[in-house]
This record gives sequence, C-alpha cells and structure tokens, in this order.
Amino acid sequence: MNCREFTEFLHEYLFGNLPVEERAEFDKHLAECPWCVAYLDSYQKTIQLGQAAYSQSADAPPPADVPEELIQAILSARSRAT
Amino acid sequence: MEDATPRHQSVIAPDEAGLLARIKAGDSDAFEACVRTYGRQMLTVAQRVVRNEQDANDAVQDAFLSAFKSINQFQGQSRLGTWLHRIVVNAALGRLRRRQRQPEKSIEDLLPHFGEDEHQIDPPVPWEATPETNVQEKETRELVQRSINQLPEIYRIVLLLRDIEGLDSEETAQMLGTTVAVVKTRLHRAHQALRSLLDPHFRRGNL
Repeated sequence: MNCREFTEFLHEYLFGNLPVEERAEFDKHLAECPWCVAYLDSYQKTIQLGQAAYSQSADAPPPADVPEELIQAILSARSRAT
Repeated sequence: MEDATPRHQSVIAPDEAGLLARIKAGDSDAFEACVRTYGRQMLTVAQRVVRNEQDANDAVQDAFLSAFKSINQFQGQSRLGTWLHRIVVNAALGRLRRRQRQPEKSIEDLLPHFGEDEHQIDPPVPWEATPETNVQEKETRELVQRSINQLPEIYRIVLLLRDIEGLDSEETAQMLGTTVAVVKTRLHRAHQALRSLLDPHFRRGNL
C-alpha cells in the first residue's frame, strides 16, 4: 500500500468493515509512514471539530427564537389547509 | 445513527403521546403547542441547511404543514422530535434544490495531490488541535462552521446530514435521491476537503 491508496480508502479503514488482511495492510503502511499517521490524526480531528462546531456547549450562541410571525403564518396556513 | 427500535413499537414519551393524540384529534391548541415546542429546533436545522433566513422560515413552514398533513401516519416509531427533524431536513433540501445554484469552488483543489512517488506533494504535518478543548473557543467554532460553508454544496450537505444531523448513510442517500456508495464517497471527500481548509490553522507551529 502507498500513500495515495491509504488516503483514498481511509474512510473504509476507519468506518468500514474491512477484512482482517486488508486492515493489516493499512496498519503496516501506518507503521512505516509518519506522513500518513499525521494525515489520519488530522482527518479524525477534522471530523470531531466538525461535529463539535454545531453541538450545544456552554458558550455557544443559543438557537434563534422562532419569530412570532412565522408561528402565526404556520398556524393560519394549517387552518386554510383543513 | 442506526435505529434499533423494532418496527411498530412506540418509543414516544408520555407527554408527547398526549400532545400527539390531541393533534390527531384536530385540537388547534395542540398544533400551536407543537409549533412552539419544536419550532426552534427545526428552525436551527433549516438554517444550517439553507443558510438563508427566508428559505429557512419557508422550510419550517413546509415541514410543519407536511407533518400535520401526515400526522395520522405517525405511529410513534420514533420520538416526535426525531420524526419532525427528518421532515424539516427534507423540506430544507427541497428549498435548497429550488434555489438557483451559485458558482462554487471545485472540490479537486481541496483534495490531496500526489507526486509520481505516490507521496502527497504537500506532506501532512501533525496538528496541535485537540478538538475537546479547541472547540470550546468561539473562534474555533466559527472557523470550523465557516470552513464547512466553503465546501461545494453537494459535499457540504452530505457532511451536514451525516455528521451534524446524525442521519445514517441509507437515510441520507434516500433524502438526496442517490446511492449509499455515493454518500460514502462524498462524505470522505468532504472530510478531506474540510481537513485541507482547517490545516493551515491547526498544523503544528501555527497555533
């Protein structure tokens, strides 16, 4: 396995159900390639940062309130539809 | 996110069950309570998908009307909020499809490039970032959100639905009218592209 293949199939390595032999190929490459170790680490951190960027945390801005006009528009549209 | 709940088994909470029964009975106050209870959560989701206030409002309205219309088909297989979440995602995608496409950056520029020796031309450098602590900072959250918004639309949407909204690949494929294989490929490309956008900010020595 080379760096191009490692990078191309990284998603399968992390989230797929690869057969043991194929996983071993990835592990072997990682043991020899510090660049792909760095890439794998930053790829995983990217996913975590993305998920956390929209999660509710103490200092995150609160979600926008629903404008009263929107609530009334929904309720009157429903009345008209029935 | 796999739903392990057996089909037809209700997982609805008692307080939701009462509200649901009243909505099904056509109680106007119950419709209003539903809009007020779930509206904020639905508006947040719609805003993330369409990134435009008017389209987000329209998507939420579309979603509630669609939900009320088909409320009798909802048998409590999931929480009411979960059911509404799927509906508003769908409504927001519908609004997005109607909007005129903007010219956008090519994904190719954001993917790794390789030399003849099959190594990356710009060799990866370790990151200092520790998501657990970094993301608590407002600047980091905004940087990541801005970077996600720079992704070409078809990749941004897959990343949003899978990583942020918690849909599984099958649901995402169904909503986008494509295959699970395409969803997986786009998600991988989206992660790679987002990594490229964040890389200058997090590589060792730049913090």
